[in-house]
Amino acid sequence: MDILFQPMPWYVAGPIIGLTVPLLLIMGGKMFGVSANLRHACAACNFGNIAFFNYDWKEAGWWNLTFLAGSIIGGFLGGYVFANPEPIDLAASTIADLQALGIQDFAGLVPADLISWAALGTPTGLIVLVLGGFMVGFGARYAGGCTSGHAISGLSDLQLASLIAVIGFFIGGLIMTYFIYPLIL
Amino acid sequence: MKFLEYLKYLLIGMAFGFVLVKSEVVSWFRIQEMFRFDSIHMYGIIGLAIVVGIISIQIIKRNNIKDTKGNPITIPPKDSTQVKRYIIGGSLFGLGWALLGACPGPMFALLGSGLTVMIIPILSAAAGTYVYGMLRDSLPH
Repeated sequence: MDILFQPMPWYVAGPIIGLTVPLLLIMGGKMFGVSANLRHACAACNFGNIAFFNYDWKEAGWWNLTFLAGSIIGGFLGGYVFANPEPIDLAASTIADLQALGIQDFAGLVPADLISWAALGTPTGLIVLVLGGFMVGFGARYAGGCTSGHAISGLSDLQLASLIAVIGFFIGGLIMTYFIYPLIL
Repeated sequence: MKFLEYLKYLLIGMAFGFVLVKSEVVSWFRIQEMFRFDSIHMYGIIGLAIVVGIISIQIIKRNNIKDTKGNPITIPPKDSTQVKRYIIGGSLFGLGWALLGACPGPMFALLGSGLTVMIIPILSAAAGTYVYGMLRDSLPH
């Protein structure tokens, strides 16, 4: 049982996440992707009668919303019931870089300096939580998928579109990490 | 009763959320480490997931494997002619991914782990999705 309380190594986690793709295909002919759920949620309450959200969201998305509910429960089991006991074993260079930017709290899965109810009251925390979330939602739908839909599912199916999207993910991610974060932290 | 039909999706989702948290994919720190190219951790996870995905899909396609209902498995191809949407939309997603340190799956897994403040980016992401739906016709694709 001890192993349930230890961090899962990357070479174990990667193949298990990859198996989500064939499991969903074989169990129900479904293509793995998480961000489509945000569209289904918008479709469920389409106040403005926007064409993009006019579809049968129950037919298209009920399975995926159920999957999403499962991932919340899985998060509860992994992060609460069987939480990893030690701080994350980060690369020393990353810790040094982040300390230089002013990140002080390395306990837990996310920095309380940026991601917590208290941080929501600071300008930087507000930007991280509100603007970060907004760009994730806007960008995922604009690109037609997120990390799961493009980087995992799409690349697994050798889709050129997904390769372009993943290159886009890294263009944005590198700009944020190297140029914008140093300005806002 | 469709209970069993949906139970399987719930269980696969549970395994997914559990692995995301236990392997620290949900961590803002791990995303920072990835974009700084300081560790194999995230690349190893995403890379191995893709390798397993590629092999699985090739096996499914070459053997014409059917799903559990007996229907042929078809994967709709993505439109690779819409380069603008993948580069612009993808870059905006990447900006948000690095800023928040979480993409859609991890946002929900983190919420489940007890980080209740994640409800804020989740609502923002839904708002972002809604605004995309509103502006869709006037955006380059």
